[in-house]
Amino acid sequence: MSGFEVMRRDNQDVSVLFLKGYLDAHTYPHFETELQRLVDERRYKIVVDFRELHYISSAGLGVFMGFIETVRENAGDIKLCSMSQKVYKVFDLLGFPTIYEIVKDDAEAIGRFEAPMKSSQL
Amino acid sequence: MKYENVVKAKKANKFTLHIPSRTDNLEIIRDFVVGIARKFGFENEAISEIELAVDEACANVIKHAYRYDDRKHIDITVETNSRKMTITISDQGRGFDPLSLESAEERLQKHARGGLGIALIKRVMDEVSFNIDPGRRNEVRMVKYIS
Repeated sequence: MSGFEVMRRDNQDVSVLFLKGYLDAHTYPHFETELQRLVDERRYKIVVDFRELHYISSAGLGVFMGFIETVRENAGDIKLCSMSQKVYKVFDLLGFPTIYEIVKDDAEAIGRFEAPMKSSQL
Repeated sequence: MKYENVVKAKKANKFTLHIPSRTDNLEIIRDFVVGIARKFGFENEAISEIELAVDEACANVIKHAYRYDDRKHIDITVETNSRKMTITISDQGRGFDPLSLESAEERLQKHARGGLGIALIKRVMDEVSFNIDPGRRNEVRMVKYIS
């Protein structure tokens, strides 16, 4: 019934949320609940995959702002990936690429969490 | 759906939508303007910009002007002529001072989660104007030219 769905997949200590449908002022509480669940579980390494998200408004973007400080204070991050041009443009219009890392796909996003550890081990 | 909610084509180049102020109606509102913009001949990028601007303006009405009171209604008028589309969104709720709004940059620096809608509207539409008369008629008027 809802035009929005979230599917979660945990990959060791990184959680990936796959968004589907549209994220607007009606559907954003659903996404907020899923992010809150991760924070409650103290899983702060988060990837959000947009490959099946067709539309986002500022209400959807606002959800990220509500969590980013908490997540980063706990040595985590929210990395974004697999955006269509249409969705990326909304992020870009508001300057979000300066705050959030936006990459090609979920494999690259997960890799970005692992990369600093590898370099410190060298 | 009540009669008053039905999309009416008053004449060839003017369309109106009178719709209850509820967030679950935003999808219907977007489909309404996207359909007209597509038929008018805008390219996909411009259609997406119009879709976003109208969504943001209506979400503001639902949240701020009417404070989620779903007994209230939003009026959306779309007018087209040979070179532009003009969209007017009006309500009878609480008004706001468009000059008092912080910029998107200020909001982002504070990691604020709201207050970005008007900034988006201004960035994607060619002209945006406000006519605020709280409790009587608040109006956002936006124009997109066809290239």
